[in-house]
Amino acid sequence: MAISPAEASEIVRKKDIRSRWLLSAPALILIAVAGVGPLLIVVVYSFLAPGNYGDVKWEFSTEAWFNVLLSRDIFDDTVTLADAHLSIFLRSIQLAIVTTVLCVVFGFPTAYFIATRPIHTRQIWLFLITIPFWTNMLIRAFAIQEVIRNEGIVNSLLMGLGLIAAPIPMMFSDFAILVGMTYVFLPLMVLPLYASIDKLDFRLIEAAYDLYASRFNVLMRVIVPLVKPGLIAGSILVFIPALSSYVIPRVLGGGKNLMIGNLIELQFGQGRNWPLGASLSVTLVIIVLFAMLYYVRNASRSGGTHG
Amino acid sequence: MQRKLGFAALALALLGSTAIAHAEGELNIYNWGNYTSPEMIKKFEDTFKVKVTVTDYDSNDTALAKIRQGGHGFDIVVPSASVMPIWISEGLLLESRPDQMENFKNVDPQWVDVPFDPGRHYSVPWQWGTTGVTVNKSAYAGDINTSAIFLDPPAELVGKVNVVPEMSDVMHMAVTYAGGEPCTGDKAILKKTRDILIAAKPKWASMAYGNVEQYIKNDLMAGVNWNGASFRARLGNKDVAYGYPKEGYPIWMDNASIVKDAKNVDNAKLFLNFIMDPENAGMISTFARYANGIKGSDAFMPADMKGAPEIDIPEELKAAGKFNLACAPEIQEIYTKIWTELQK
Repeated sequence: MAISPAEASEIVRKKDIRSRWLLSAPALILIAVAGVGPLLIVVVYSFLAPGNYGDVKWEFSTEAWFNVLLSRDIFDDTVTLADAHLSIFLRSIQLAIVTTVLCVVFGFPTAYFIATRPIHTRQIWLFLITIPFWTNMLIRAFAIQEVIRNEGIVNSLLMGLGLIAAPIPMMFSDFAILVGMTYVFLPLMVLPLYASIDKLDFRLIEAAYDLYASRFNVLMRVIVPLVKPGLIAGSILVFIPALSSYVIPRVLGGGKNLMIGNLIELQFGQGRNWPLGASLSVTLVIIVLFAMLYYVRNASRSGGTHG
Repeated sequence: MQRKLGFAALALALLGSTAIAHAEGELNIYNWGNYTSPEMIKKFEDTFKVKVTVTDYDSNDTALAKIRQGGHGFDIVVPSASVMPIWISEGLLLESRPDQMENFKNVDPQWVDVPFDPGRHYSVPWQWGTTGVTVNKSAYAGDINTSAIFLDPPAELVGKVNVVPEMSDVMHMAVTYAGGEPCTGDKAILKKTRDILIAAKPKWASMAYGNVEQYIKNDLMAGVNWNGASFRARLGNKDVAYGYPKEGYPIWMDNASIVKDAKNVDNAKLFLNFIMDPENAGMISTFARYANGIKGSDAFMPADMKGAPEIDIPEELKAAGKFNLACAPEIQEIYTKIWTELQK
């Protein structure tokens, strides 16, 4: 029996679709099993009641979600905004944003410097950038503590030179957290920025100078728009781990003020309230999601005007 | 020469493996990290020809979650007093009756009728300690046996205080300082506790773990601390002293017990009896540097631990110490709220 050309192309098309699904199946399964699945468990747990000593009771409850944003006063039962949770979220977001900005400020010149070196030395510079990744983050946090503590390297150096009489207290502050997070996450900004700057057509910069653009204008109106994809990728890579960072606030911030990560840990550990921990985790995911949407929309809009 | 050594090592390894093959069984211990004396384990293996495997955990929550899941293969677990009632009430432990074992006579009577395991039907004391206050005497010469050291710090100590971020310990001390019982649900006391904590916090330098070095180097002058950590700090700085708050302080104790679904019950019972022997208990303390609950074991401990003020509680302050127990869930929720508000 003969097949019409239309049917034949239909069969080919179906085969093609099937092979595409099959080829992408490993990736899809991995995402489902390792990404969506566990997240769904977290979502389910956030709608359960806390067990007496950790774990959960299998009964539906929205109490955890109520407690994320609202708080029933322990003493007079009035319901107010959960001031404690909100201020912890706000501080975490602020510190993550400042960390991202600091990483851009220090990462951009670094990436630019590397990208403008001769090809054979670039590899060495990139290699140097990745060296900190060889060490565990906890150890790096303690190393920073050694640098900035009261009798640490910086203070003893300054005191030895006679520049200061008493040590400058730097440990256990937001400053210490920012130093630590910027140091730890800087490579995540430098590498994507480098990838963008590497592809930069330097003739465009020459052209801008030929048209009498000032150095500032060249940077802001030529270079930055061209390396924007790298800037956005780097910002996402820095912002997300900074927002949920746990070890650095604990070690360098002195733990007096919680960050989101510490607050979640408290609920699963000493607080024994897993549903609240789960709903706080989902809230964190939602915040990250909104931040990503914001970045991506920003990126596509600017891409449109330049395209 | 090199080659000969290699052969010797190989021969030894072979000998070792045959020794294991001849062993009369296994014992799987699930214990806190860096807490099990390797010499003591070696002695147990050699005495009973049993192959022992030690696996670490880092918190009571981790251990509880793992054993609840089942299929873990562990025989011995060492839960803290605070969570023992949970382990027992959920049927996770075997009623192995250590109180009927041969060496039970060595257990210090004060640790027999404990609230979390009356008469010791399930567990044997492993090690115990207290949470109190560490003070550097060069900075402050006043009375150190009070929680006021961190809840209402004297001017000399303001800004140099560390509070370990261990909610149950800190809340225990704050509640008793405010005049209540640990795990109280009394709203007036809790309100007072919260106000005391929030007023005290600006006078603290940090809320962090692992601060032995900082006490030695005078970065910290006072704080809530564990007796063992304070002891190690004193060995490095003679000004460091340890106080037992007279208002109330928590006692913790970790207790070796047999898991309900243990596969090597006989070996596990041998082990419980083994660690109630003073010499073996002394080995545990020599390694992890905390007191155990076995009479006569101090004869087998290093000289610096004998009579250490961090280990021997003064007679008049003994009554102020109470076991830290897990609070009821609804009380715990309030404590967590106060704790979160303190750290917002």
